[in-house]
Amino acid sequence: MSNTIQQLSVFLENREGSLDEVLAVLANNEINIVALSLADTAEYGMLRMIVSDPNKGRAVLKENGVAAMLTDVVALRVPHETGSLSRAMHQIVEGEVNVEYMYAFANGNDASAVIKTDDPARVVDILKGSGFDVWEASEAYVANITM
Amino acid sequence: MVPANWVERIRDPKIECMSRDEMSVLQGKKLVDVVNRVYNNVDFYHKKMKELGVEPGDIKGIEDISKLPFTTKEDLRDNYPFGLLAIPKNEVARVQGTSGTTGKLTLASYSNYDVEVWGECVARCLSMAGLTKDDIIHVCYGYGLFTGGLGADFGAKALGAMAIPMSAGNTKRQMMCMEDFGATAFACTPSYALHLAESMEEAGVIDRMKIKAGICGAEPWTEEMRHTIEEKLHVNCFDIYGLCEITGPGVAQDCIHHSGLHINHDHFYPEVLIPGTGDAQHEGELGELVFTTLSKEAMPLLRYRTKDLTSIDYSTCECGRTTPRISKFKGRTDDMKVIRGVNVFPTQVETALLGIGEGVAPHYLMIVDRIDNTDRLTVMVEVEERFFSDEIRKLDALKAKVGAVLKQALGIAVNVKLVEPKTIERSEGKAKRVIDNRNLV
Repeated sequence: MSNTIQQLSVFLENREGSLDEVLAVLANNEINIVALSLADTAEYGMLRMIVSDPNKGRAVLKENGVAAMLTDVVALRVPHETGSLSRAMHQIVEGEVNVEYMYAFANGNDASAVIKTDDPARVVDILKGSGFDVWEASEAYVANITM
Repeated sequence: MVPANWVERIRDPKIECMSRDEMSVLQGKKLVDVVNRVYNNVDFYHKKMKELGVEPGDIKGIEDISKLPFTTKEDLRDNYPFGLLAIPKNEVARVQGTSGTTGKLTLASYSNYDVEVWGECVARCLSMAGLTKDDIIHVCYGYGLFTGGLGADFGAKALGAMAIPMSAGNTKRQMMCMEDFGATAFACTPSYALHLAESMEEAGVIDRMKIKAGICGAEPWTEEMRHTIEEKLHVNCFDIYGLCEITGPGVAQDCIHHSGLHINHDHFYPEVLIPGTGDAQHEGELGELVFTTLSKEAMPLLRYRTKDLTSIDYSTCECGRTTPRISKFKGRTDDMKVIRGVNVFPTQVETALLGIGEGVAPHYLMIVDRIDNTDRLTVMVEVEERFFSDEIRKLDALKAKVGAVLKQALGIAVNVKLVEPKTIERSEGKAKRVIDNRNLV
């Protein structure tokens, strides 16, 4: 049983208001953003998010003419102790998996890191096998939402 | 590849399969007639012929056509709106105008006979596309001054087929009507046909359609684009050509062999000239297409310079027609952009993009700027949805590949800008492919 989760990725053209439009579509459809990272190049940006309902997020963006896609990523629970992220990364490197990008978010007592690799299922196995914990989709999508 | 069950339909075999000698005699007679009419009734031509020292009596056959004066789009504008009429104004049945790609409106007048000839020419094209009176033709060209909608409509009428006069726009409604009315053919611009195909694909309705043919024209397009539309919709597409000054769509169209566009040369006499000169180009060589209207009553034109670049082939086609075929347009003399001294045509960009095959859609926009006295060409290209990646590395690799292919095809460095799928405007009339910000006047 794999514990990969789905990230919602959006291509943003480099023009005024494009980020605002995307966030407004998500807000109007009651999609909560748990974590996000915004990468920018000279010509465009890439918005990557963990949201409360990735499938619905993609659908509503598409309806509004925004190109969005779902990508499998791993959300690692990183205990609040010095060196824990380093140890986790070391395991991934030992397992010969390439990390494409990574970003962090906070949740309650732990920190978390979203990791995109070329083999997400294997990363889950490596991390779990070396004593780390990863978020399941059902947990990650509702992180930090106070019921 | 001709479909296995293809039946070639030739509407007027006597004319469309006539020997070149017989046709020359017919064209010669008609030329003598039209020259007399314009010399006697149109001040503009009377003066022009006097200036050249040509009398109607000097024109004895079609071979004398090179003695006659040229007509340009500027001449039409100078004589706007009714200065070139060869009949009394109260005998004009209708007017049509250009879609105005390059500025001010150009107006053309038609007598009832002119409209009849127009419909007949389009009907020949529809037959060439395999259509008969049993077909239902969905017309999504604009109706109005633009000749596309009404031209297709007049053709359907002459053929005895049913026309659905949809006009342009509202793709959802277009798809609904096509399905509900059981359309068997559509007529629209190729860029709109592609947009329709994509929309039908998205809506999952292609299997419910009865369409077998697409009659596409009013803008230049490539073989690759035709294949894309044909494969998506499982139809045969045909390239119809015309210009409002000469009559509208129906001047020429390709047959199922797609080896050039058959000109209805009993009505529109073609010449191909070396660009920038008035000299005849060799058969098969690229040049500017020039038409003389042999049948027009209301506004006949002598040697009208179309600015479209093509070559002509007089050999008999595999379909059996002897009508000469012009190659797909290599661009227009005024669409051509000279960028850092290199001639660039939008069709070259389209061909190159389609050649890449995977990753990019054939929708693009060329932007020409002059920065620090150097021309810069930027090409905006749509990334196909399924090739979209959230990894910047992959998008950059795609961008570099497109840049390399375009540089190879055009011979100049190109700045590629990747844009989201479906963001470049789909035109419902003529697609805007080039924006020139250089203000070169």
